[in-house]
Amino acid sequence: MSEAREFKYIGQRTIRPDGYDKVTGRANYGADLSLPGMIWGKILRSPYAHARILNIDTSKAEAHPDVMAVATYQDFPHVSSETFQGGEAPTDLLDLAKNILADDKVLYHGHAIAAIAARTESAAEAALSLIKIDYEVLPPVMDVADAMKPESPVLHDDMFTQGLEETPDTPSNIASRMELKKGDIEAGFAQAEVVVERDYYTPTVHQGYIEPHATTVSIDEDGQAMVWCSTQGHFDVRASTAKLLNMELGKIKVVAAEIGGGFGGKTTVYLEPVALILSKKSGRPVKMIMTRDEVFRASGPGSATRSRVKIGAKKDGTITAMQAKLCFEAGGFKGSPMGPGCMTVFTPYDVENMYIEGYDVVVNKPKVAAYRAPGAPQAEFAAEMALNELADKLGIDPIEFRLKNAARKGTQTVYGPKLKAVGLVECLEAAKNSPHYKAALGENQGRGLAAGFWFNIGGQSSVIINMNPDGTGTIIEGSPDIGGSRASMQLMAAETLGIPASNLRPVVADTEHLAYNQTTGGSRTTFATGMAVIEAAQDVVNQLKERAAAVWNVTSEQVEWVDGVAINTAGEEKLTAAEICKGAERTGGQISGTANINARGAGPSFAVHICDVEVDKETGKVDVVRYTAIQDAGKAIHPSYVEGQYQGGASQGIGWALNEEYIYNEDGIMENAGFLDYRIPLASDLPMIDTVIVEVPNPFHPFGVRGVGETGIVPPLAAVATAVSNAIGVRMTDLPCSPPRVLKAIQDAG
Amino acid sequence: MTKTHVTTSINGEPVEFLCEPGDTLLNVLRNELQMTGTKEGCGSGDCGACSVTVDGRLVCSCLVLGVEAQGAEIGTVEGIESKDKLHTIQQKFLEHAALQCGICTPGLIVSTKALLEENPNPTEEEARYYLAGNLCRCTGYDKIIRAVMDSAEVMRGEA
Amino acid sequence: MVSVVYEAPETVQDAVTLLVNADLKATVMAGGTDLIIQMRDLVTESRLVVDLKKIPGMMQATITEKGLQLGPSMCCAEITSRDDIKALYPGLVESAYLIGSTQIQGRASVGGNLCNSSPAADTIPALFVTGAQCLIIGPDGERTVAVEDFVTGVGQNCLGKGELLRLITIAKPAANTSDAYLRFIPRTEMDIAVAGAGVSVTLDDEGVCTAARVAIGAVAPTALLVPEAAEALIGTKLDESALQAAGQASSAASSPITDRRGTVEYRRHVVGVLTKRAAAIAAQRVRGDKA
Repeated sequence: MSEAREFKYIGQRTIRPDGYDKVTGRANYGADLSLPGMIWGKILRSPYAHARILNIDTSKAEAHPDVMAVATYQDFPHVSSETFQGGEAPTDLLDLAKNILADDKVLYHGHAIAAIAARTESAAEAALSLIKIDYEVLPPVMDVADAMKPESPVLHDDMFTQGLEETPDTPSNIASRMELKKGDIEAGFAQAEVVVERDYYTPTVHQGYIEPHATTVSIDEDGQAMVWCSTQGHFDVRASTAKLLNMELGKIKVVAAEIGGGFGGKTTVYLEPVALILSKKSGRPVKMIMTRDEVFRASGPGSATRSRVKIGAKKDGTITAMQAKLCFEAGGFKGSPMGPGCMTVFTPYDVENMYIEGYDVVVNKPKVAAYRAPGAPQAEFAAEMALNELADKLGIDPIEFRLKNAARKGTQTVYGPKLKAVGLVECLEAAKNSPHYKAALGENQGRGLAAGFWFNIGGQSSVIINMNPDGTGTIIEGSPDIGGSRASMQLMAAETLGIPASNLRPVVADTEHLAYNQTTGGSRTTFATGMAVIEAAQDVVNQLKERAAAVWNVTSEQVEWVDGVAINTAGEEKLTAAEICKGAERTGGQISGTANINARGAGPSFAVHICDVEVDKETGKVDVVRYTAIQDAGKAIHPSYVEGQYQGGASQGIGWALNEEYIYNEDGIMENAGFLDYRIPLASDLPMIDTVIVEVPNPFHPFGVRGVGETGIVPPLAAVATAVSNAIGVRMTDLPCSPPRVLKAIQDAG
Repeated sequence: MTKTHVTTSINGEPVEFLCEPGDTLLNVLRNELQMTGTKEGCGSGDCGACSVTVDGRLVCSCLVLGVEAQGAEIGTVEGIESKDKLHTIQQKFLEHAALQCGICTPGLIVSTKALLEENPNPTEEEARYYLAGNLCRCTGYDKIIRAVMDSAEVMRGEA
Repeated sequence: MVSVVYEAPETVQDAVTLLVNADLKATVMAGGTDLIIQMRDLVTESRLVVDLKKIPGMMQATITEKGLQLGPSMCCAEITSRDDIKALYPGLVESAYLIGSTQIQGRASVGGNLCNSSPAADTIPALFVTGAQCLIIGPDGERTVAVEDFVTGVGQNCLGKGELLRLITIAKPAANTSDAYLRFIPRTEMDIAVAGAGVSVTLDDEGVCTAARVAIGAVAPTALLVPEAAEALIGTKLDESALQAAGQASSAASSPITDRRGTVEYRRHVVGVLTKRAAAIAAQRVRGDKA
């Protein structure tokens, strides 16, 4: 439990311990490992967005002298439909297998069908054309609205909508429906004096990590496998691969390489099981890397959505009713983040009457994966836009409007729990008092503000801290470090142990060195792995105290631990950590602390963003001229990396709002599968992104930490779109607000 | 196919390698020479992760053929520091927390060094436009630009 | 299996001989920023790459009394660092500066941009308005072609088998002449032009336009000279209505397509806006010199 407390190490802007390797190019990422005898794997992908596979003939490929192994769906041992924990969300094993290598149907252009391993990359690539596939081409379904129509072509003959009162007996593209409610929505609207109801659209987007998926694998004569890969969760790579290939967990060692971005997109597997099949068949280590084109076409983008939001309020600004229908595209297989979308859409608001309906719908696009607060940016975009419109109609300032209805401690959420201490009000107040909000706007400029919420998760983390005889130590943890979390582990351990952070070396260990660690996702790392680090460090402190007690012949209750020193309260003696560790051999052996936890009490993080844009009204081009990201971190362990999360989330959200979208032709083929035409923000596109770290401590973490990684991508969509709307005097409802759309909005308004 | 024998200089040291005529310099660096500091983000010159210098000129190594290295001076991220002392730019990137996942960092450091050699006193806008070809998805560029401007100041002071 | 043969001849004659005698598909190479990407995509075609960069004169630019002699393979970064070229042809230099990123600039060339002959190439409209001439050398000798006749279609140009672009010459502009090039892209850098416009104007002592050339790009299969837009400027002081008329003429002359970078309507509209703005900038540059 933390009150406003003076920390010795926490809050310092230390140099991250893995930094030296990263600025010199020494750090090893997914594609950086080569092994002796290694060969290369390449994937044959569907040229159609929707087709039945009638026949796969690999005989010519198998016979070719350059080809050392071929893999298809038939190489998976019998896979059944089973739900397991394969990443951030529950995974259907059968869907996962069919996504990795297609079975009887291809469900998106680029869907993997077969793989070849050969001695060189180019030989493997060239040999793909030797595989002959017969297709029955089917019409593609490319939009959630079309997919939901009764007359739409159906992707899965065995998809019968779950979550309806009566399960239908004809298949459709609607995998499931969900409903959340509280209060009485009709009564709520009856009380409303002003209502806004509008439809919104967000496109398919990609997480845009700069490092493509990559893996190098090997397997020995005893079936002992090694997988080196770029992943957010190597223990879940092990779990998925073991299930898919019917192997024991102990037979697979997964090593998490340094990861070049993930944002949720690397919480599942694509290449690793295929590489292992090829490795087993060829008897050689196999390396597979996705090209950038493959990453866009065949990894897991973020869901496109169509939403309808209706909000009613009294003239004094009290919101009386909030209603949403959220339709999410899941891609070729079920499993969009429709659920979290429904849960988060209105959660920043303490409103009695809510009704939310969500649909998970398949379309002929790649199977979606998590993307930073999955479901929330899309859902809360719609809610925040409607709220800003309502504030305008009511003539109330958007901050005051939100303050009046803000969720606080004790607010009943629509998805079940009551909120504990949270910081939305503090963020809104910080926005109100910010120099940005008070600054005047120039010509052709507009300002937008939006709030955002993400729950954050806890989950399982396993940590060992080994002390060395000289009093330095190693923190062995299992959370792949995407954004600098090792620095925070150092600081939290240092604070607990009372010794300098530089004395502690944090290491992300492979699956053979720790018990299970949940994926780095859900903004859990600083919170849950941090908690485990603190617990393991406390374990070390307890042992250090016991050893000191033994030396002084007192009880350990009589020993205090202050600033890295044991103090005998029943006498005068002191012993430093280093001294105790030096004598460890004589007092019972070396000192290690462990923690295996399932962390509970993750604190949600609220955010409020302010965006100013300038619009060129003759071309529709939008420039972001000022941006402020305010978010509750609970306690910022390493402020620079907390700020970095705010700025990174803002930048992705700005891209989502302004220029990013998957563009498809009428055959369902993506036309912009590269960084040239899938336009993420450049250094020249953005201003400095000002940040404000609000700290309303999370009572369930020893230092008050809340996860911060995800919430930051939620507010920018509506902050930017509202700013554009205000600059041009026309309300935008569809993303992205790309120049042609903005110009059209200006021209249509005449 | 007969491979071509290439003699070149990388980070001031003589290097020889064999490559196919169609191999890119990026491929040669990473796979022939095991110099994996230079990264591949897109292979088509759109992301800058593979940035190197050729005869002092900043380029994407994915758009240079390995055979073109013949007789040229190549500069990669591995050559930025001297012995075991970080270059100011590397130090500033660390101090400003100008990296999160770090995959774009080698390319950015090579590009920043090229920028500051060409223009030791860039404005923020000049720095942003010069570095526009280096994509970063994690940081939103804020801390990167601060590191670049700070590096420029320090390097001007030392000059 | 695909094979690539690479040659780097040191004379024009050797280059021509290689191109004429090639039994593989032969392509010349300058900076390679388009070619290397195309080579990646064409997994099934063996080819001969003839790198022109070692030939004297290909990478150099000289300014004489007569004007500019531009080596086609000279990289854009070097062109944009040349104050003498910028002083005479600011529009051309800014079009070269707009190609891609700093890294692309370190390799891409005006000659390569021209010979790749993309409808959206940035330097082509700018070359049109400077009245550049292209010196072509091939097995049958030399010939000179006006730049507006060089590109013949999407990705196609007038070079025959064995021919290469040897030199781009631009006559020294008349007094009180300047040019400008603008392109529209959704971000601030990196993107391929959605639309582009180059304008060159000559003003007399009263500020009246006595000569003009307007060219538009990315809005038709090739870049286009728009004589009607030029006429709309000549005889005027480039006031708002003249600029408006020039813009409308550009829009009318365009025949854009809808693709992942823009729609027909959007491109048609924006090329008009760019024409207006480029003309205003070119005029300002002339006036600025006199001030």
